[in-house]
Amino acid sequence: MLGQDGGLSLTIAQLVQRLKASGLHSQLERQARLSLHRPDIKLESLKEDIKGFLKASGWEKKLQNAVYSELSVFPSPCHPSAPPEHIKESLAYMRKAQGNWEKRILKSLNSMCTELGIPLAQKRSVNEQKELLNKWNEMGTDEPDLSLFRPVYAPKDFLEVLMNLRNPNYENSEQPSFRNHLGLIQVPLKVKDIPELKEYFSELDLNTGQLDIDDSAEVPPELFENEHVRIGQKVLAEQDSAAAQQYVRQGCPTSLRAELWALILNVSNQPEDVLYYEQLKSNVILHDLLVDSLIYKDVKLTASNDDYYFVFEDYLYQVLLCFSRDTSVLQHFAYNSAIPPKSYIRGKLGMEEYAVFYPPNGVIPFHGFSMYVAPLCFLYHEPSKLYQIFREIYVRYFFRLHSISSHPSGIVSLCLLFETLLQTHLPQLFYHLREIGAQPLRISFKWMVRAFSGYLATDQLLLLWDRILGYSSLEVLAVLAAAVFAFRAVNLMEATSLAAAEAVLADLSTLKVMPLLQIFLFATGT
Amino acid sequence: MAGKVKWVTDIEKSVLINNFEKRGWIQVSENEDWNFYWMSVQTIRNVFSVETGYRLSDDQIVNHFPNHYELTRKDLMVKNIKRYRKELEKEGSPLAEKDENGKYLYLDFVPVTFMLPADYNLFVEEFRKNPSSTWIMKPCGKAQGKGIFLINKLSQIKKWSRDSKTSSFISQSSKEAYVISLYINNPLLIGGKKFDLRLYVLVSTYRPLRCYMYKLGFCRFCTVKYTPSTSELDNMFVHLTNVAIQKHGDDYNHIHGGKWTVSNLRLYLESTRGKDVTSKLFDEIHWIIVQSLKAVAPVMNNDKHCFECYGYDIIIDDKLKPWLIEVNASPSLTSSTANDRILKYNLINDTLNIAVPNGEIPDNKWNKSPPKEALGNYEILYDEEMAQSEGPDRDLRSRSGQSIGLKGNRARDFGKPGPTTWK
Repeated sequence: MLGQDGGLSLTIAQLVQRLKASGLHSQLERQARLSLHRPDIKLESLKEDIKGFLKASGWEKKLQNAVYSELSVFPSPCHPSAPPEHIKESLAYMRKAQGNWEKRILKSLNSMCTELGIPLAQKRSVNEQKELLNKWNEMGTDEPDLSLFRPVYAPKDFLEVLMNLRNPNYENSEQPSFRNHLGLIQVPLKVKDIPELKEYFSELDLNTGQLDIDDSAEVPPELFENEHVRIGQKVLAEQDSAAAQQYVRQGCPTSLRAELWALILNVSNQPEDVLYYEQLKSNVILHDLLVDSLIYKDVKLTASNDDYYFVFEDYLYQVLLCFSRDTSVLQHFAYNSAIPPKSYIRGKLGMEEYAVFYPPNGVIPFHGFSMYVAPLCFLYHEPSKLYQIFREIYVRYFFRLHSISSHPSGIVSLCLLFETLLQTHLPQLFYHLREIGAQPLRISFKWMVRAFSGYLATDQLLLLWDRILGYSSLEVLAVLAAAVFAFRAVNLMEATSLAAAEAVLADLSTLKVMPLLQIFLFATGT
Repeated sequence: MAGKVKWVTDIEKSVLINNFEKRGWIQVSENEDWNFYWMSVQTIRNVFSVETGYRLSDDQIVNHFPNHYELTRKDLMVKNIKRYRKELEKEGSPLAEKDENGKYLYLDFVPVTFMLPADYNLFVEEFRKNPSSTWIMKPCGKAQGKGIFLINKLSQIKKWSRDSKTSSFISQSSKEAYVISLYINNPLLIGGKKFDLRLYVLVSTYRPLRCYMYKLGFCRFCTVKYTPSTSELDNMFVHLTNVAIQKHGDDYNHIHGGKWTVSNLRLYLESTRGKDVTSKLFDEIHWIIVQSLKAVAPVMNNDKHCFECYGYDIIIDDKLKPWLIEVNASPSLTSSTANDRILKYNLINDTLNIAVPNGEIPDNKWNKSPPKEALGNYEILYDEEMAQSEGPDRDLRSRSGQSIGLKGNRARDFGKPGPTTWK
């Protein structure tokens, strides 16, 4: 363990280093230099005057938000003598499992390449480039034959892997005993219990106002809503990321959500960001990647058929194709347990100096990946802004939903949290479902992997994602999944097969997220 | 309690029949005594024609007004709205106020339209003012996008008129008449696609006017990207949103059918454009529907045996101004998707609950004002009686609210019920 001071100074050093490499650093320097021409900057009090100027002109706030953003994205540094992979994942068996999973994905990708005789990447001809550029805004109208392509994996394949995870230091006899967990996840990880969740999600309690809830008969809901909107506008005017993050825990008013999320994620869509997006776009135009077909296929299989999201099909291509080319996404592998796959230039297999990350962003899309983007299309109509918001949400939160790790927001912990909550609070239901061969996680896994996108009505989904951003945690997904089971418990108790249980939970589009979460966390007698 | 309602229909749609059967009503043939007849517009013409001289009795109800075409034929609707505006102007009504360009401030909600061939000269005059504009030609009496085409040159219309003259002698009769309307070439695009709104409006009486708006309308999307370029004028998939047309496009999706709920539209607009402009848009949509009904109310045969459920087609432009395109007397009851089927079943269910209260044998002495609980997904859009009983001062208030552009108040003036709650 590091001493408090040592840890802090290490964090600061790391932060300063990162910020020095950012555009903000040069902008601040430029502003400071320009301010020298101002009459109110005096030579005798130079340092103080410039500080005062940067504060008054709003640059200090920008720096604050950047520091806050760095702190929320990057984990605090480990002990200097700890090996670097510990930042990615501290448990060796988890790292190993993730590595094996990656090998499987790559194998499947490679065999598809060989089978179809398609290279991982190739340059487009000038004519193809022109054609793609022309139909950039209507890629959805294109109908290439994708029947031979199949998604590299689907959530249920991933669940099989998680079920087989074992901690080698733990007694794993197959005989049922009080030690084993009765659910599908068999690894011991620390997850929060209800009292801890109550404490953690204290802003969601019954006495705190929430948008989309109007349970007190005496006070009209408009009263809270109007006040909440007023505060939201104030938060936006202050341009303070930390305040915005606290604010959205009680839900965003629809009309302020786009800007509040951008503020929390520190996305400002500056001209250089637009330029960066355009650069990615031209990379898409230049090269054809195999993953493009996977993305195309995924959108066609999911969002294109979705009542809420089909309208945005073209936006999804514009975001996802650029995402696959974005090498800045590679940075998140510093704290993601996954290792980006590498590909070698033809004939140079295994020679590190000829290795490139493939796809360039290191993320191989799976079945349902496009549903991470789809709901955001309701908030942002400029592709470049939509893009940045998605990238930021992905590298902060969603990558954890398909990497094997011990992180509290990682999918393994979420599964365990879900099963533990159900087992502890609805033991009869849990036992019943287990007996009829309908392990609850088999039903809820896909909801959590997709962060409920495509399952809830969009307005409800956005209220849920408000809390993901507000608490910087995905744990709310597991709580909601358990709350849904609790809500439908009576019908589930009558089910006698997996199919029947699935049917009870097939349509979540009428559910109201906040009442379910509140009742489950705060109104059940525990 | 009197006997069961006897029903007839000449539209064999399951959403209708299931609703009748659910109520335990008895099917009879049209030659027997019936209480409720859901009929096509062709049949209504015969029922009320002078020759048949059919008289409906107090316990009979039909789903159309005898001269519904005053609203639902494209040419007559425009004629009635033009007349209504002139009358208001003559009265010196503040509603008929105009801006500096001579455009009505509050009544300019139908694209500039002319009848052809009757108003040909007027059209040419208008066309020459703005020769780069695109116009859309529609046959007056047809529906579902049939016979529609776009033009952007005068020569095209000359050719059309030559062709139709030589092809058949009767082309001059009113049945083959066309309307030509200025094409809204700056539609609001979502995801780069053009759409229109289909909203359902129920009228239970015209004098006094009482109408209801169905909350579950939807947007119909074109499957092909919108382009205002004139090279695509012939590609009807780009321009027409009618499902009947879009179904033949390659990209038609049979799961969602290109339909998006109005609540999706509201969520999208509030998120991307803000709450105030969104509320203003929806208020304006309610406003133009009420105004179109007020425009035809004086000429409508307010037969007490009738009610009607209209399909309103509205296009929103990129400045978020809604335009009334047309009104359908027989909105399609064909279900293109599973959700569509549920929607239409509920639409008929809620319509019947208002038109035939409690599913009992109709009595036309009834004042046709159902209790709030019976409205289902309908909400009162306008109730003339209620508006008048609230005092003459109320109408004035809503007008002044309108003229100073007060936001969000109009819908409330029309008697919009409070927000629904969860539980």
